[in-house]
Amino acid sequence: MTLANDTLLEMQRRMLRIRYFDERASKMVKRGEIPGTVHTSIGQEAQVVGACMALGDGDYMTGNHRSHGHPIGKGAALGPLMAELVGKAWGVCEGKGGSMHLADFKVGSLGESGIVGSSIPIATGAALSSKVLGTGKVSLAFFGDGAANQGCLYEAMNLASVWKLPIVFLCENNQYALSTPAHTVTAGVVAERAHGFGMPGLRVEDGQSVLTVHDAVREAVDRARAGKGPTLVEVLTYRFNEHSEGLRLAVDYRNAAEKEAWLKRDPVKMFRSYLEEQGIADAAMLTAMEAEIMAEVDAAVQFAEESPFPEPSVAFKDIYTEPFGAGQ
Amino acid sequence: MTVMSYLGAIGAAQREAMEADERVIIFGEDVEANVYGTMGGKSRADKGDFLQMFGSNRIRNTPISEEVMVGTAAGAAMTGLRPIVDLSYSTFLYMAMDQFVNQVAKSRYMFGGQASLPVVFRSAMFYGLSTAAHHSDRPYPMFMNVPGLKIMAPASPTDAKGLLRTAIDMDDPVMSFEACMLWGMKEEVEDGAFHIPFGVARTVRTGNDVTIVAISSAVPAAVQAASRLEAEGISVEIIDPRTLVPFDWETVLNSVARTGRLVVADPANRTCGAAAEVSAVVAEKAFDSLKAPIMRVTTPDTHIPFSPVLEKPLYPNADTIAEAVRKVTGTSGRA
Repeated sequence: MTLANDTLLEMQRRMLRIRYFDERASKMVKRGEIPGTVHTSIGQEAQVVGACMALGDGDYMTGNHRSHGHPIGKGAALGPLMAELVGKAWGVCEGKGGSMHLADFKVGSLGESGIVGSSIPIATGAALSSKVLGTGKVSLAFFGDGAANQGCLYEAMNLASVWKLPIVFLCENNQYALSTPAHTVTAGVVAERAHGFGMPGLRVEDGQSVLTVHDAVREAVDRARAGKGPTLVEVLTYRFNEHSEGLRLAVDYRNAAEKEAWLKRDPVKMFRSYLEEQGIADAAMLTAMEAEIMAEVDAAVQFAEESPFPEPSVAFKDIYTEPFGAGQ
Repeated sequence: MTVMSYLGAIGAAQREAMEADERVIIFGEDVEANVYGTMGGKSRADKGDFLQMFGSNRIRNTPISEEVMVGTAAGAAMTGLRPIVDLSYSTFLYMAMDQFVNQVAKSRYMFGGQASLPVVFRSAMFYGLSTAAHHSDRPYPMFMNVPGLKIMAPASPTDAKGLLRTAIDMDDPVMSFEACMLWGMKEEVEDGAFHIPFGVARTVRTGNDVTIVAISSAVPAAVQAASRLEAEGISVEIIDPRTLVPFDWETVLNSVARTGRLVVADPANRTCGAAAEVSAVVAEKAFDSLKAPIMRVTTPDTHIPFSPVLEKPLYPNADTIAEAVRKVTGTSGRA
């Protein structure tokens, strides 16, 4: 698929946003500036951005605990995301969601989920809305190889298929559910499971190439928008960091050769080279872009720092649309 | 006024809501065939069913997949629809526990108010009908323990109709626990659409000696008990909270302040049941008014056995409620 140069540059911009945002978040959590933990998408930027940019601005998306990349890939502003990570009032969820439960409804991000697989039915519901109300919107559910073994995925795939819902099931196969190698707990090939539900299953072997991911997901999105129903897309990728930042395990469950081979295929660096080789941007432009995105991340951190902490009463806000009981 | 059954009232509320708002849809197992009373009663044959009235875009049979039914309804509600999900039996709710607790209940809160979830989950408690342990639970107290969910448990056709319509038109998720035992109960119901607010109890009968808070099928049982007790000279006030979340504490506390005695009749299991919560709140807030210990009449902490001989005595009934009232009034053994 031929994409406009602006689109290609925007892909790189969004991948850089995820990379720099998560690198900063990783530092901040280790310094105690972010409470709790974070799960970074470093190494998986191509897979996230390729999928998000295959969607339109008004389309819907849900995700999981590895959560920052999804809304950033969908175009969310960084400031409220960072403020959320530090638990501040200006956070996108007013400091009540935190790293694992980001949502930015303005860009169609209907929520990340700390429960593996649990947001897949939510995305299915958004696709049902589109179908019943005739809005033409497409829904995309991000989930990992771990969630590929949750029952709700197959309930959702079956329902979406019989109702011909406009949804893309996107398996981000980074090959490990925390420390458990996917192949030791997953029978067969995830993408091939689609056939049992009467929908196409695509497997993107090179999830480090943003264009390859984009083309595959775009095909699925077009199919959904044309009323032809759901598609399962499995993208092979790799997380460069630990499952969560600061996590130390007794065993090194990923062998060094494997890790090294994947680290060489850094999606952000690879696409930078591609843009240069294709003459879409020169080195100076790309370096300027990197500085610009770094400044955006700095500004996001500053926004988070300037934000007040939430008032104690916020703990009881939005339990319901109208306050009663604890919310009164 | 029209004579309507409890189930007919549920059907009427849904029909009127669907006519009023195109965003209202119904899905669930066998809703196209109206197996569990989607439209209620026997009018289906002469008036056409919901599928004919509203079409297959808005009336949808689902696979037997409770988890995705519930999550799909949540996602649809967050994006512009107002789904009613018919989950048939209340015991089937457990299949979707993650979606109820982690998604339906928490999405608005966790995302800082970005989401509204106008969705109703209907289920029927098939207790008292020899359906044994897998179909007979009264699980509303489990859900009362989950902030974010509203809960209704109507005990009359009028309440079923008015509360359900309020639930459908409301922007929060509601779980409707309907008692199968009451499906056939009939009364005159106001014509046309009407709303009964959540959090407003119904004083079923007024009295001076004892307050009975009765839930779901315990309401008609309490009424029966009260008639007998009247003959014994005991004046009973019966309060049906109608909605368990929110709960009308004010009406209950005011009543107990007058009567000084409380019996709670609740068909749910005893431990951490609705009756336990009512008792705790009254003990905390109206202790000084109490002339006798609070008594609970509940189902004991057991599973529901199949044999009618075993099952029937387990739920609160007129005998057990009346006996509790006699105990709190110090008249036990006199009747």
